[in-house]
Amino acid sequence: MRIVTFVKYVPDAAGDRSFESDNTVDRETDGLLSELDEYAIEEALNLTDKDKGSETIAVTVGPDDAKDAVRKALQMGADKGVHVNDDAISGADAVGTAKILAATVKKVEEDEGPIDLIITGLASTDGQMSVVPAMVAELLGRPAATQGSSLEVTDTTATIRRDGDTASQYVEVALPALVSVTDQINEPRYPSFKGIMKAKKKPVAQYDLGDLGLDASAGGAGALTQIIELAPAPGRTAGEVVTDEGDGGQKLVDWLASKKLV
Amino acid sequence: MSEVLVLVDHADGKVRKSTLELLAFARRIGTPVAVFVGDAAAGEAAATTLGEHGAEKVLVASDPAYGEYLVAAHAELLAALVQERQPAAVIVTAGAEDREVAARAAIKTGSGIITDAVDVAADGSASQQVFAASYNVTSKVAQGVPFIAVKPNSTAPEPAAAAGTVEAVSFAPTDAAKTARIVKVEEKAASGRPNLTEAAIVVSGGRGTGGDFAAVEALADSLGAAVGASRAAVDAGWYPHSHQVGQTGKAVSPQLYVAAGISGAIQHRAGMQTSKNIVAINKDDEAPIFELADFGVVGDLFQVLPQATDAVNARK
Repeated sequence: MRIVTFVKYVPDAAGDRSFESDNTVDRETDGLLSELDEYAIEEALNLTDKDKGSETIAVTVGPDDAKDAVRKALQMGADKGVHVNDDAISGADAVGTAKILAATVKKVEEDEGPIDLIITGLASTDGQMSVVPAMVAELLGRPAATQGSSLEVTDTTATIRRDGDTASQYVEVALPALVSVTDQINEPRYPSFKGIMKAKKKPVAQYDLGDLGLDASAGGAGALTQIIELAPAPGRTAGEVVTDEGDGGQKLVDWLASKKLV
Repeated sequence: MSEVLVLVDHADGKVRKSTLELLAFARRIGTPVAVFVGDAAAGEAAATTLGEHGAEKVLVASDPAYGEYLVAAHAELLAALVQERQPAAVIVTAGAEDREVAARAAIKTGSGIITDAVDVAADGSASQQVFAASYNVTSKVAQGVPFIAVKPNSTAPEPAAAAGTVEAVSFAPTDAAKTARIVKVEEKAASGRPNLTEAAIVVSGGRGTGGDFAAVEALADSLGAAVGASRAAVDAGWYPHSHQVGQTGKAVSPQLYVAAGISGAIQHRAGMQTSKNIVAINKDDEAPIFELADFGVVGDLFQVLPQATDAVNARK
């Protein structure tokens, strides 16, 4: 089983997330591997760990610092990394990102042989669009079973459980395929000391857009969506706070009534 | 005036409120044309409601493949309709499935997509709130047809009489779209409460409940609200993940959000900060949730919530 997992380096939500003057996300700030990608890595490793002929390849697209996302995946146990880095990528939209990722999968397959399964997280924790996995599947013409809270893989199929509000669906796809997984699927491992040491020797291939057969139109220059206005939201201001002295519930409802909410 | 395609979200023909909100946005851009995927009789039933909210036509697509396969067949349908009708925009709800349908149809038609829109303008541009609602962003789709996935509760449904003429769609999905097969469905027991992302009021419980959601549920029921939970409560196994509000759960923007025993970490705020009114109950007067609450009560939720529930019931 050969698996590719997409890993994204994102600004830390606990820090100051902001935008550059050209309306692209400020990626110079403190960043880390998007938490939701850890579940995809864990799921890939569960499938490839025990078999010597299997491997997990972690792919990231982003500036220099994005190598940290690949490194974390390698520390957790992924076998190889791929880092797609090109100044022209800055400002890429979801469609552009999906095109770059799909081209990277094709490149890995041309160089090293077929990929059976692509496993991704549910969404990145910065953009949170949750559309790139579906787009990559569309571009590659591969079946996609998305938002799995469980995953069963055989030699020829992958089956996920997709939890909705009123029902859970079990969805089966034939390999090769793409699956995306939620944070309900597993408990991602922490890198061990041994894993951290071994990661230093693992190969990370470096590609630019040209290596993937793409040009600058896959990046910001060709973005199909454009920001026309961007401004910090007027922050919510703290309202009235009362201390419960036996009448807190009543005061709460009085406030709701004053706002015509009850 | 150009058409605007609106993908209908429904349960067996009962049109969800979120779809009526989409029609209100669509009317700003052009003539709404609803796309109903489901059986013909359900489509007829839905057409009445859709027509009352501005849908000039209701295109009913009834191929059985839509019910048997996930996402890709719907995306083929939407792309085919876009190519045939050249609408000014395509608007869908930002639900788990429809956003993927829009994403794949956008790729097929060489179009851009805007997700989680909270406002849509007449020129087809749309606004979002990003980074836990700390920025407002307005974007436009520069190529192809704008695909816009809209967050529920972003506007109010507007009655607007239109023909709601039903037309059967002859398009049949290709085998290439019949790849993600739904092999089994497990229905969940109905809670009788509104859907979390669509509810006008949400009452959520967190770590402060200690795992006892009875008081949270009782207040929710008195208000006709959905029940939410923080990640801490879900990770502790106190409430199902499908109720989780936050960065790794659902994003909600109801008229009223009540946070009980929730500290208000950034992960939680990311999912509820766009709520119109926020009320917080917490023992800790320094809990960050109070920084964004319009009204806060420092106190024990097991005292405050039951009293509030009684007070709400007394007003009925």
